[in-house]
Amino acid sequence: MQISVRAFVSAIHGLLFGGFFLLTAFGVLVELSRSINAAQPSELTGRGRSLATFYLCVTAILGWAAVFAGTYIVYPWYRAIPPAGAALTGFPQSLLLASSTTSGWHRLGMEWKEHLAWFAPMLITAVAYVMIKQRSAIAKHPQVRRAVLTFALVAFASAGIAAFFGAMINKHAPVKGGSEIHFLKEP
Amino acid sequence: MPLNSRTAEQETPPAQASEETIPNGAAAAAILSAGAGACALGILSVVADGSKTIGQWLGFYRPSGPLSGVTTVAVLIWLAVWFVLSKVWRSKSVNLAKTNALAYFLLACGLLLTFPPFADLLLRK
Repeated sequence: MQISVRAFVSAIHGLLFGGFFLLTAFGVLVELSRSINAAQPSELTGRGRSLATFYLCVTAILGWAAVFAGTYIVYPWYRAIPPAGAALTGFPQSLLLASSTTSGWHRLGMEWKEHLAWFAPMLITAVAYVMIKQRSAIAKHPQVRRAVLTFALVAFASAGIAAFFGAMINKHAPVKGGSEIHFLKEP
Repeated sequence: MPLNSRTAEQETPPAQASEETIPNGAAAAAILSAGAGACALGILSVVADGSKTIGQWLGFYRPSGPLSGVTTVAVLIWLAVWFVLSKVWRSKSVNLAKTNALAYFLLACGLLLTFPPFADLLLRK
């Protein structure tokens, strides 16, 4: 069982950081919706507050890890310009643009995703800050609750759109190359 | 600070505190600055796409091209706005209807400007 270094790092960016960000951000949305629709505000114990703080920090860290890994590690491999006469399989952007049936994945998909994805960590960091540090404000001001829910929703949607295009682009023109990593060597 | 000065939260127990006695400035600063950061990202992405000179200048990390500068500058703007607003609004209550409306507007601008068909329309591509 083997995988190239670039494909492995790309999987860490998309599946580990991006995928887990979507999971945890959905949890934030559920908690915000629950607290907005609760008949009576619930008070967390000290341990509950610590766990909530940890959860929100992990969510924000996953978001930042996804965009930094994407922008500074995977994206340069994606947009590398092939030398004259080289096969395009190792150059995803050029491969997509070479055909009118796939160029849209770059022109719409990647060009939107590369910017939109950055909304997610910025917005979720603001959401996490308000949920951790401004509990009183969030409990007493319905408008703060609504704004935080809206921002969490946009963060989740941004990450979801970025993840969708990332997966589809990787399906049509996968990032690959570099040395091979062997997980299980057959006898 | 005089010894007898107390914050709104100290005067009233949390369970009895009304909407007016809990300052919302810090929360509003976080929300509005996130909107400003999103808008800055949208504007910078269009500007970098439309001007080759600015695009090259924003290529902080050459392998990633202008994206590295666009996102770095947008994050710096977001953090700077957050820092300033949180300093100014820390213990104040602001008009949330207005700050939220502005934050939503900035966020919507950011979303629209990063959408390639709209950006292409603006740049007449």
